[in-house]
Amino acid sequence: MPTVKMTRHLFRFFPALENRPITVPAGSVAEILRAVDEIAPGFTDYVLDERGALRRHVYLSVNDTIVVDRETLSDRVPEDGTVYIFQALSGG
Amino acid sequence: MSDMILLGTRKGTVIVDRSNAAWHPRPILHAGIPVCYAARDPRDGTLWASLDHGHWGPKLSRSRDGGTTWEDVLSLKYPQGARYIVKYLPTPDFDPAAPVGQPEYKDATVFKIWNLAFGHADHPRRLYAGTIPGGLFVSDDGGDSWELNRPLWNHDSRGGDLFAGEATSENRWFGTPASIDYGVFEPGIHSIVIDPYDSNRIRVAVSSAGVLESADGGRTWQNRNRGMLMDYLPNPEAEWGHDPHFVTGCSGQPDHLWQQNHCGVFYSNDGAQTWKKVSLPEAGVHFGFPIAVDAQDGRTAWVVPARADSERMAIDGGLYVARTTDGGQSWQALRSGLPQHDVYDVVLRHGLDVAGDRLCFGTTTGNVYLSEDRGETWQCLGNHFPPVYSVRFG
Repeated sequence: MPTVKMTRHLFRFFPALENRPITVPAGSVAEILRAVDEIAPGFTDYVLDERGALRRHVYLSVNDTIVVDRETLSDRVPEDGTVYIFQALSGG
Repeated sequence: MSDMILLGTRKGTVIVDRSNAAWHPRPILHAGIPVCYAARDPRDGTLWASLDHGHWGPKLSRSRDGGTTWEDVLSLKYPQGARYIVKYLPTPDFDPAAPVGQPEYKDATVFKIWNLAFGHADHPRRLYAGTIPGGLFVSDDGGDSWELNRPLWNHDSRGGDLFAGEATSENRWFGTPASIDYGVFEPGIHSIVIDPYDSNRIRVAVSSAGVLESADGGRTWQNRNRGMLMDYLPNPEAEWGHDPHFVTGCSGQPDHLWQQNHCGVFYSNDGAQTWKKVSLPEAGVHFGFPIAVDAQDGRTAWVVPARADSERMAIDGGLYVARTTDGGQSWQALRSGLPQHDVYDVVLRHGLDVAGDRLCFGTTTGNVYLSEDRGETWQCLGNHFPPVYSVRFG
């Protein structure tokens, strides 16, 4: 089962995801995120907009490859893959 | 008079309480998250904050215990099929008279929840929210669920009903520079005024389109820009394209409405049917963002003038509030207690509020000032707040 790792900034809003391995069934990135949302309801509202596209400053990779399809999240995540969710922080 | 002030700041929500004849800020809430608007619903005491997450999308946050605990409200979203016609920042060779090309459509997503308004006593659970890109949302269940007002979204001045298909008219709303942070140039609704005697009469102000009014609870909307003048398009009296920075009304005399506009201060005493420019540039009263009106006397209003237009700071290094008590015929500069040297502050559109004899404003430099005598004298509540986006009495 793929593993999901994410910036700890998200744990502030979703403490249910902290200090635990997150493993979900393989599938598309969209399916992976929906599975995380089942563990932590509201999660997808933080990383996706209401069209289901990745928010502008959110980045997501499968292993070390940045997700190509930011609109419908169709990239496939293999059984042994790891999805990383991070964001571009800047400024003060 | 209220003993609570809510500050929406770049680094979170600050609640300032009055006790033992002094004002005390609480530790910051929503720490680290920009809060573009925070207010208290006077009907049930619920506190609201509009979180302007840079990364995680705009969210509303709600506290039903006076600010101790907060919960996210995630239900304010554009429905499937909501589209708009894209606008781009005008380039130096922009010609407003040039023929319009084929419209470019984009699916709508909320970039910013710019302000909130609380419904009439007739609708005790009703809330309104204005967004970039130009949506008016309504909740009838205390914010648990929200619905886009489609008649305004589908207005002829925006291209018609794009849910149904292609545009049937031209999009005549311009963007607001406040949207550029989100990588777009789209309009925003920053002012929502509900007539306290007629819950069906709603006025909204849009940057950059102007003022619209509904007299039937939001089913139809009419342009209310008569008398408005602008100085950045060839026709100063054009029907659309005006840039109200903030519009507010007198709750005791709801036909008295005030507008701090990009191009001056405007006043209406006929319910926005007509506006009259009441700027007095020689007194510094012209450019600025916020405006407040007395709750009983519709001829009394306050502004915080700023130097126009590209410099946007206090005029001549001194901070002052200007007050009129005669519908804008004359203005008095109120400076007592405010710094008069080396000041570069500016007050944004939601950064000034009035409650009875009390006024409060906060600046982008992080200074907050309070008056308890209608602006005659001012005290400083702090010089080290984060940049202040909104000030509202609770």
